[in-house]
Amino acid sequence: MKSKAHNRQILRYRIAKWLAFTAFVLCILSLIAVLTFILIRGLPHINSQLLFGNYGKEPSIKPALVGTLYLVLISVLMAAPIGIGCAIFLTEYMKTSSRFVSIIHVAVETLAGIPSIVYGIFGYLVFVVALHFKYSLIGGGITLSIMILPVIVRSTEESLLAVPRSLREGSFALGTSKVRTIFSVVLPCAASGIVTSLILAIGRVVSESAVLILTIGMVVNKMPESLTSPGTSLALDVYYFGSHGYPEQAAATGVVLLILVVSINILATVLGKKFGKGELANG
Amino acid sequence: MMNKAYQFIRTREAVMRGLFLFCASFSILALGCICFFLFLNGVPFITKVGIANFFGTEWHLANASYGIFNMIVASIYVTALSTAIGVTVGLMTAICLFKFCPKKAVFALRQMINLLAGIPSVIYGLFGLIIIVPFLRDYLSPNGVGYGILSASIVLAVMVMPTIISVSLDALNAVPSSYYEGALALGATKEQSVFKIIVPAAKSGILAAVVLSIGRAIGETMAVIMVIGGSPVMPKGLFQSVRTMTANIAMGATELSGDPATALVATGVVLFVFTMLLNICFSLLKNGGKQ
Repeated sequence: MKSKAHNRQILRYRIAKWLAFTAFVLCILSLIAVLTFILIRGLPHINSQLLFGNYGKEPSIKPALVGTLYLVLISVLMAAPIGIGCAIFLTEYMKTSSRFVSIIHVAVETLAGIPSIVYGIFGYLVFVVALHFKYSLIGGGITLSIMILPVIVRSTEESLLAVPRSLREGSFALGTSKVRTIFSVVLPCAASGIVTSLILAIGRVVSESAVLILTIGMVVNKMPESLTSPGTSLALDVYYFGSHGYPEQAAATGVVLLILVVSINILATVLGKKFGKGELANG
Repeated sequence: MMNKAYQFIRTREAVMRGLFLFCASFSILALGCICFFLFLNGVPFITKVGIANFFGTEWHLANASYGIFNMIVASIYVTALSTAIGVTVGLMTAICLFKFCPKKAVFALRQMINLLAGIPSVIYGLFGLIIIVPFLRDYLSPNGVGYGILSASIVLAVMVMPTIISVSLDALNAVPSSYYEGALALGATKEQSVFKIIVPAAKSGILAAVVLSIGRAIGETMAVIMVIGGSPVMPKGLFQSVRTMTANIAMGATELSGDPATALVATGVVLFVFTMLLNICFSLLKNGGKQ
């Protein structure tokens, strides 16, 4: 009797295991399906008109490419110094257990948890309503820079903490000042980690669209003339084409976006790995 | 001479420290600004139109009815369904990757899953729009409508899966291997030790993954607006055009101005409060897991 119950129990867990396998296959298949279908629908429609043509009867993503580039430049140029500075202050000037550090950590985590559409509303209220910028690339870029700040702070902090203490102590022992130590010893050691974090941040900017719908105006058919003119981005174009009756162009734009984002992420992974190896050699 | 040089270095040190301090305080400043602007614009509007009106069931801009109750319900429906699907499949996948897969495959699969976590949400939305919506409309829907809660939930479930897998896999890996070995030594089978010992031991980390995915699902905009339809009605079935809070904000954003635009801001305030509550849950769970 007892062994029968035992066998039944073993069987039950075997079944659970096979269910887990099924879920695993389902999950991988669905994720592959997303990529495959976008590629199948989009690849045949990538042509020079879509990529580089002027926006006339046929849609083009040239304004979006320029807009995306502007947004990346604005947001990273804004967020990188502030994020790296924040990480430096947290690791080099404060003890890791201090109250100030934990307050900043809570603030950064909270910023990371705010939905992007709420950032969009914030950008809209500040730049469109309060400052009268109208819809503009600069407003969108600045809003995005706040959004990517947590990404930069977190991973820069991590890579700064990974720099061995002995390097700093050696530098101090040679009579170097703190600022000098930070800029000529600590930062170069953590450089590849910081670059990785910046690349990840660029990936976030490129894939973001909900913020932009409220801040840069989704003007898909005009080249942005300056930073203060309204514009569009690749991700926004995917939405616009998709919901305004150009599903094929949307898929093609999606493929371009996908290739861009995936190569950005692969670049970050490769650099991150290099960084990890360097750490082993140092430690 | 020497003194002057020291003076210069001292000043430079102080200035740089101040600059770094400013950078560090910037995140608090930004958070404060976001709260300030949202609440300053949203809360007076809610009190102006009346709480009963704002949380009522009628969204009719011509009558100045700004009830978002239906949208809150739709948001909760979509979030609950997508989390249920996503967590079931994602957690099972994580368990599978944890013990039942060849070790070499795990590394490659993890890389792939990390890559998928970075795919823009608008791509998932497009996938829903060109594949899932037509499929549901032609084969499953009883009323010929593909848009709605089911399509949005499927899209969101696929979208949050990579996150769930990597967070819960981390939680499973954090369980000491002695637990597993101990269970084996007591005569449990491999499957029993995983399901009965390891998974319960990783409970708080797995819960954190659930809360994280709820937060992402409720705040997701682009993937949802492409497949949700957008009628501001009370959700009654899976195949019916409804509107979530995020969809309400994004759909009205480019068209509305004046009071209706402020109504969108107020919707954002409600959404913000929801996600803040979830964030607090998440950090409590995460810290609970550490201890």
